[in-house]
Amino acid sequence: MNLMDQTFTRLKSNDQTALIPFLTIGDPDIETTVDIIVELEAAGADIVELGVPYSDPLADGPVIQRASQRALKHKVNIRTCMETAVKARSAGVKLPFILFTYYNPVLQFGLDQFFAELNAHEISGLIIPDLPIEESADIYRMAETAGIHLVPLVAPTSDERIASIASSAKGFVYCVSSLGVTGERASFFEGIEDFIQKVKTYTDLPVAIGFGISSGEQAARFARICDGVVVGSAIVRQIEETIPLLQDAERRQEGLLQIRNFVSQFKSE
Amino acid sequence: MTQLPDQNGRFGVFGGRFVPETLMNALIHLEESYQHFSEDETFQQEIDYLLKQYSGRETPLYYAERLSNHLGDAKIYLKREDLNHTGAHKINNAIAQGVLAKRMGKKKVIAETGAGQHGVATATVAALLGMECKVFMGEEDTKRQALNVFRMQLLGAEVIPVLSGSRTLKDAGNEALRYWVSNVEDTFYILGSAVGPHPYPMMVRNFQRIIGDETRRQILEAEGRLPDHVIAAIGGGSNAIGMFYPFIEDKDVALIGVEAAGKGVETAFHAATMSKGTQGVFQGSMSLLLQDVHGQVQEAHSISAGLDYPGVGPEHAYLNDISRAQYVPVTDQEALDALKLLCRTEGIIPALESAHALAHVIKMAPKLTKEDLVVICLSGRGDKDVESIMTYTGGKKL
Repeated sequence: MNLMDQTFTRLKSNDQTALIPFLTIGDPDIETTVDIIVELEAAGADIVELGVPYSDPLADGPVIQRASQRALKHKVNIRTCMETAVKARSAGVKLPFILFTYYNPVLQFGLDQFFAELNAHEISGLIIPDLPIEESADIYRMAETAGIHLVPLVAPTSDERIASIASSAKGFVYCVSSLGVTGERASFFEGIEDFIQKVKTYTDLPVAIGFGISSGEQAARFARICDGVVVGSAIVRQIEETIPLLQDAERRQEGLLQIRNFVSQFKSE
Repeated sequence: MTQLPDQNGRFGVFGGRFVPETLMNALIHLEESYQHFSEDETFQQEIDYLLKQYSGRETPLYYAERLSNHLGDAKIYLKREDLNHTGAHKINNAIAQGVLAKRMGKKKVIAETGAGQHGVATATVAALLGMECKVFMGEEDTKRQALNVFRMQLLGAEVIPVLSGSRTLKDAGNEALRYWVSNVEDTFYILGSAVGPHPYPMMVRNFQRIIGDETRRQILEAEGRLPDHVIAAIGGGSNAIGMFYPFIEDKDVALIGVEAAGKGVETAFHAATMSKGTQGVFQGSMSLLLQDVHGQVQEAHSISAGLDYPGVGPEHAYLNDISRAQYVPVTDQEALDALKLLCRTEGIIPALESAHALAHVIKMAPKLTKEDLVVICLSGRGDKDVESIMTYTGGKKL
């Protein structure tokens, strides 16, 4: 059974919502990413989205764009990202990993090889933000064969597309909270409750909300209406602000603790 | 072949729609609206009227006699897109997409721009149609093309400098797409080249094919036969696809796209996507692009801001794949030499983009005979480039 399914089943039986943090791999460096993943688990994370840095991240706002640029400075690629998951597992992290990557790096890696290697690298799921269902038939098939959950995004503008997206989903359905790219925001799509309800009518899978969640209050609000809350840019910004500490050997632990404390505010009980 | 793209927006393996889900319905709606209005006679009439009375079409197909004599035996014609309002072929597409936006009830338009030609064309059309206009432009380019920034502002557009990535055309395109994701409900994206997700490559081609349609008719009138060689510069490829498309079924007409080799295809400083690119997904479609082995997009380099782009339109990648068109590189220096030659022989200052097409004809010339009939798409005029040419030569005479 896919590790992600086990996690959602356990959370459901405890009536809990999954906290799903995102971070960009290699920001500020691979070793620190591994240490931060350990902190994320300690802060109460249930699943982690591992972001593969990309030169042209169309779905991302400035915070994650900057993180990508920092990571790309030391040549992080899709293979180093998969290896980072293995390193985190060796460091004792038990939670499931989702690889978040734009399509082109996967394409250049080679689809066959990519799916052949995901399992061996402790990856349970996959999010490709620029691959709509019309273009993903092959990938769905390959993911299914490999036992990897391809998690689709649905947007408030998806309307009649929701049915086909939700019905072919695996793992969970990722609902985009608002129109726009990733990044912290004060307000969300007005009809979000109805939107989530609508998605739920088309699937029995868990439903998560992401894009723009930047406070514990917002996370708690969404936790009441869905099964998972994704927090990305807010955490990536916290990492960015903590880089001076993380790169100072004497204050590194302090920096990691700051990130842990920051992330724990998003955990709803 | 004329049936392409297929219903998924594919030209062979190229094309498609690789965008965030938030945009998918907008693209589908755009395609449906475009199909709907294409069948509405008054839609085409409105575009035709503006192209004629506002932009000054049709543009001449000019026999460049002194240039031809200088280069040898072949007869060389220039399709004078430089004589359009705003100085380039970009207005053809901007007018048509602007009219489509209006029919779709959109009051706000956005555009990306490199050198500023498409930005100026879009700002112009927005003023004409009474729409609010935002133009995304890489911060580097706003410095290189300060005059065009002011021109767009004069026309009432807001120019938004893009600070991400390499701060050039590709980043302006990314930022325009990101803005569109956030404002998709009331904003129309007037995309300037034959690139991006379906239906843009198809739409831009159809809005630019007037270049080739007129050329075909004009050359038949002037010479009683079709040309042997049709040559156009290619960055994203909108003037080239517009010129090539009506000739695709004419197998005896050689179609040649000329891309920017910058400092040379053997260096790291070029924009030669066809010569050096590999297949991948970039800015919404599958095509060829300049990238490293890990799929990270690389920066392009060219003296011509309009060709300074690491991708290329999917239909060109397809025409290259099936060998219907040929694509060749030309360096900065060769383009400058060609620009100078056209200035001196014909009194026409071409855009640096168009000078690339001419530069290839200069290379071909020794092998051509008096039986050879050549058409070059002179896609734009060079006024915008005078300052960057001065910078390139260090103020010295060219």
